[in-house]
Amino acid sequence: MFLVQFLGLAAVLFCIGVYGVIARRNAVMVLMSVELILNAVNINLVAFGSFTENLGGHVFALFVIGVAAAEVGVGLALVIMIFRNKRSVDLDQVDLMKG
Amino acid sequence: MTSVLAQVTDAAKGGDVMVAQNIFFAVIAAIMVFSAFRVVTTKNVVHAALYLVLVLAGVGGIYVLLTAEFIAVVQVMVYIGAVVVLMLFGVMLTEARLGEDQDLNNDYRGPAVVTAASLLAVMGFAVWDYFEDAKLPDDSALPVQTGEWVSDQIFGTYLIPFEALSVLLLAALIGAIVLARKE
Repeated sequence: MFLVQFLGLAAVLFCIGVYGVIARRNAVMVLMSVELILNAVNINLVAFGSFTENLGGHVFALFVIGVAAAEVGVGLALVIMIFRNKRSVDLDQVDLMKG
Repeated sequence: MTSVLAQVTDAAKGGDVMVAQNIFFAVIAAIMVFSAFRVVTTKNVVHAALYLVLVLAGVGGIYVLLTAEFIAVVQVMVYIGAVVVLMLFGVMLTEARLGEDQDLNNDYRGPAVVTAASLLAVMGFAVWDYFEDAKLPDDSALPVQTGEWVSDQIFGTYLIPFEALSVLLLAALIGAIVLARKE
């Protein structure tokens, strides 16, 4: 199998995730798109780990999975707090800092 | 199905094209790309979460193809078992409309398509240009990634990052509780 198959698949997933992060308005949907991006990166890490036969890339993918779990936990807590204050998870309405 | 695949594998033996693996890769990749597309385009929040399950399961299958069985199992347990359930809880607690919702996208769809497409073009070109002929080593040549090997690595070479990750998970746990609890 060619390495480029996996890298190409990861690139496609990554870009779909980027589209989702920019175009979605619902905060939970944005978190789902972030998961797509993280998984694309993980495919790259594991593919290069197998390619170089130095399986450190696999361990790194495990660390990314752990960090992603922490990220989702804190992210959803933030979303729930925003919902409690504004009664909505529309990210266009979260403009307190005029960004 | 199994016998057909066995025949195909037998036919491919001796050649350097691994037919069975490539067929599996094509099927999984097609399912993953379609599902990922639905995650970012569907109008139903719950459907998006369920399509996300398909993508994550596909990623697990890709790990198996890359001889990373342990990571595939962790992927199924952590992502499909925990993260998606957390997502569905988020959908439930934020009282999203269960059904079609026209307001899921904002006004930046055009710029988003341009950004994603140009990013894909650049990354695709870079990857293709550099790794066009790079072949993964044969399955038999790869060291089988056993649980023993993974634990040796995590508790040996990568002990300090592992401990840092443990502290990070604890901090995230406490932070999530503090943020989400009622006053």
